[in-house]
Amino acid sequence: MSAPLTVPADSAAIAPGASPATGFWRRALRHRSFVLGAALSLLVLGAALLSLVWTPWSAYDIDIASKLHPPSAAHWLGTDVFGRDIVSLLLVGARSTIMVGVIAVGIGLTFGVCLGLIAAARKGWTEELIMRMSDFTFAFPAVLSAIMLAAVVGPGMLTSITAIGIFQIPTFVRVTRGSANAVWAREFILAARAAGKGGFRITIEHVLPNILSILIVQATIQFALAILAEAALSYLGLGTQPPQPSWGRMLNDAQTLLFQSPMLAVYPGAAIAIAVLGLNLLGDGLRDLLDPRLARER
Amino acid sequence: MTVLDQPAPAHETPLLDVKDLAQRYTLPRENLFKPAAHVRALNGVSAQVTAGKSLGVVGESGSGKSTFARLVMALERPTSGSVSLLGRDLNQMPPDELRRARRDFQMVFQDPYGSLDPRQTIARIVAEPLTALGRMDRAALRERVATVLRQVGLRDADMDKFPHEFSGGQRQRIAIARALITQPKLIVADEPVSALDVSVQAQVLNLMQDLQDEFGLSYILISHDLAVVDLLCDEIAVMYLGRIVEQGSPQDLFAHGAHPYTRALLEAVPRARAGGVRRRRGAQPIASQSTGSAGCPYASRCVLADQHCRDTAPALRPVGQAHLAACHYAEAVMALPPAVAESG
Repeated sequence: MSAPLTVPADSAAIAPGASPATGFWRRALRHRSFVLGAALSLLVLGAALLSLVWTPWSAYDIDIASKLHPPSAAHWLGTDVFGRDIVSLLLVGARSTIMVGVIAVGIGLTFGVCLGLIAAARKGWTEELIMRMSDFTFAFPAVLSAIMLAAVVGPGMLTSITAIGIFQIPTFVRVTRGSANAVWAREFILAARAAGKGGFRITIEHVLPNILSILIVQATIQFALAILAEAALSYLGLGTQPPQPSWGRMLNDAQTLLFQSPMLAVYPGAAIAIAVLGLNLLGDGLRDLLDPRLARER
Repeated sequence: MTVLDQPAPAHETPLLDVKDLAQRYTLPRENLFKPAAHVRALNGVSAQVTAGKSLGVVGESGSGKSTFARLVMALERPTSGSVSLLGRDLNQMPPDELRRARRDFQMVFQDPYGSLDPRQTIARIVAEPLTALGRMDRAALRERVATVLRQVGLRDADMDKFPHEFSGGQRQRIAIARALITQPKLIVADEPVSALDVSVQAQVLNLMQDLQDEFGLSYILISHDLAVVDLLCDEIAVMYLGRIVEQGSPQDLFAHGAHPYTRALLEAVPRARAGGVRRRRGAQPIASQSTGSAGCPYASRCVLADQHCRDTAPALRPVGQAHLAACHYAEAVMALPPAVAESG
């Protein structure tokens, strides 16, 4: 597990060569919450990647004979009620967590940013329509819409990803539209219009590059929210389906045995906490590092 | 409210012909049951600019100077009136044609910090008016950027830098380079030096003057500073509450201004003079359009105003050779001793 932790140090060694990014990396490595956040996030990413090539045991093989073993040399964190190795489950679970996060945030980012940019560029009733629609989506509880979606198309990883993704759209619409409006009010936009550029070109060439850092920060925070939402949906039995392991499912399974072996709930809970904490710290750090005004003060 | 067409030398098509321009903005509705209020930012403004000559527009904040600039640049559609460049009405053109026509008129903005995109290199910023016109060979584009950068006194090597690496004066030079790159006939400059230090102001103004001599440019120079306008312009229009109240050569305006408002503006210019006695004018109410009276809009602030002024609005009329004023008592005002001894 120490392998991913060395990665920031490695990138420091690379940094002096990459001249335009040198300043960024030098500041990044001095930023404590960024380094910690990046380390924790890379830990989760490393776990997911590792599970693709190696797990101590198979995460799918049921071995009732060795169920609920305490931690031992063979099973580092013990086994669950079906005799599956906890470490292996956590590693493979990281994979579905990351997949759900990436795809759901991808959906939210793509649709949300497009709609937000359109709202800011077109103004008038287009903006009103987009914003009221996203208010409507936002007002709906995510879990409720996921349950409804599951009722229609059946529960599963795809359902939970779609539901979380849709739930992410309004947040991105708001953040995009708000920051894009601020860019549209700047004088260089007027200069671009005086040069004869239309709304689409101005959006691509001026607005998007100027709000990109805000979107990156928002995406990391939304990633953390998506992980929590996925865990919640899996816990409710609406997300990842057995035998596919996921941290939320592990919590669900641990629930019935909470008094016999409480540690079964602690492991996936801790994994979720690490991932969410890491991404939040990473987002905070990126916000500081990508904001030129804050950077100068430092 | 119509301003009469001024007796301009009309043998050739003027570079810019602004006719009876009016712009009305709707304010956000304050009361659901009352119609939304309007602001008349421009109220029947006519002006002409001959090729190679420059027009200065002065006035206090809220006088409609910047609205005038935005309308001349066709960044907004006027409520009524027309803006014609070389005889073609900008607001009647199809969008594509307007985009091509923009080659001939460019703009320099007030804030050299806000008018350059912080995420783009100088080369991209300066080339923008050209890239907006269509695709262009990269090498030729860079060559052209280098040329205009040299023309405004910057180095070729500056083109790969970012705006934050430059000072305010240098940034304004970059903004001027951007306006120059299409070799325009007209540059609209909205308060181009008011955000700069006084020492830098002179440099930028000198640059603008040199460029005018070199390329035969016309400027529409919008400013609240009469000295700035005096340096660069052949004609000055004084605006008050969306109207031109006086128009004429700098000499005419400085030596015998015919509108009390012009006089007030000139007296408001602080001057350092040895042994000069400091006079302080009483505070004046801020211009407001809320009064719906039919009289002269300046009457409430005017020392000469009488009942006639409060009842009928004066029209803009000739008071001398190419000198117009909108005041019933223009001749009497002209006879007053000049507000500024040194002029031109």
